[in-house]
Amino acid sequence: MSAPIRLSSARLSRPFVAQVERISGQKLLACYQCGKCSAGCPMAAHMDILPNQIIRLAQLGMSEKLQACDAIWTCVSCMTCNSRCPKNVKIAEVIEAIRETVLRTNQRQDRLKLGDIPRETLAALPPIALISSLRKLSS
Amino acid sequence: MKLSYYPGCTMKNAARNFDETTVSSLARLDVEVKELDRWNCCGTVHGLASDDLIHLAAPVSNLIRAREEDASEFMTSCAMCYNTLKRANQRVRASKETLSTLNDFLSLEETNYQGDVEVRHLLEFLRDRVGFDRVAARVVKPLTGLKVACYYGCMLVRPTEVAFDDSENPRVMENLATALGATPVPFPAKTECCGAYHVVDRPDIVARRTERIVGSAHDHQADLVLVSCPLCAHNLDHRQADAKRLNPDFHHLPVLYFTQAMAIALGCADAALDLDLHHIAPQPVLADRGLG
Repeated sequence: MSAPIRLSSARLSRPFVAQVERISGQKLLACYQCGKCSAGCPMAAHMDILPNQIIRLAQLGMSEKLQACDAIWTCVSCMTCNSRCPKNVKIAEVIEAIRETVLRTNQRQDRLKLGDIPRETLAALPPIALISSLRKLSS
Repeated sequence: MKLSYYPGCTMKNAARNFDETTVSSLARLDVEVKELDRWNCCGTVHGLASDDLIHLAAPVSNLIRAREEDASEFMTSCAMCYNTLKRANQRVRASKETLSTLNDFLSLEETNYQGDVEVRHLLEFLRDRVGFDRVAARVVKPLTGLKVACYYGCMLVRPTEVAFDDSENPRVMENLATALGATPVPFPAKTECCGAYHVVDRPDIVARRTERIVGSAHDHQADLVLVSCPLCAHNLDHRQADAKRLNPDFHHLPVLYFTQAMAIALGCADAALDLDLHHIAPQPVLADRGLG
């Protein structure tokens, strides 16, 4: 059985919720959990937490779980969720905001470290791949 | 007709055949392309954070380049550049304060940007300004019998504010292919993401996406896939060996830029096609259809 999740009203007013809402420009409570974002997400099969679950955890201020998950880095901002959300929640912006809460600390928690990738692999990649991955996955 | 043109970085190396066939096919349509002077990288992706303004500096400086050449619009054929440039333009146009901040960032520029340049994609330009009837009239080598799967990916159709066609079922590339004499096939995966930059950190994801997208094209009897994005092109072309490992029934298909199809049909010199740049060789299927 997985560990119990402890909810408390104190979490709802945590700075994390305000920070994600401010960076993303979204009202998290607009989401009513229909799940359409996850249903159409081309990356969902590769995610440990689905997009609608990311929004739910963000509403609840569950920063530790969100900042430690893989899914925030798996989202590739393809915007399929945004274009289909019946409440016009920009899910991709919310996920970008959560990535930013990790990248904006002074810990240099970059997801992508080019030094870890073999030179010949890098040489075979077009500039458009390298620049976009660094933009999304590093500070 | 004259047209200002922003090529973008990848068009000058890995996708140089996309650049060359953009220019050569437009010449066949009496459109004289003027590449912007001193253009710079667009940044490839639009920052989604509401407070991220610094990443607008690169795309906005390109809009200034166009304005300095008295161009009220410019065209790009790269889907990612189109998306990034157009979104940056929309963002600074939506707020005087944002525009003013950007002009402060770019204070070394001699020109202040006023939000008065339009960003166009080549497909949009061909449809609205040249017209597919006129394209069809210039075809010298119709792509008869060539079945194509038109792949849009994300950046031409999402978010809906940048789309110049239906976000869920765009038709503009199919309409161009038809004008060239090709046969577009139904292609349900045409707006599904290829995995994009995950080719750097998670190539396994891109292989899975390639298996699905190219697999769908093959299931619908396509001979090849047409694209408008150098990153989609790289992913869908170079990850097919991995896709075959995931699914032994996977069939390899060549991936061409839509401008290459246009260049063939309009009778441009073969050199511009640079077919040797492709990983999955397009020559056999083109030769089989009498287009080699």
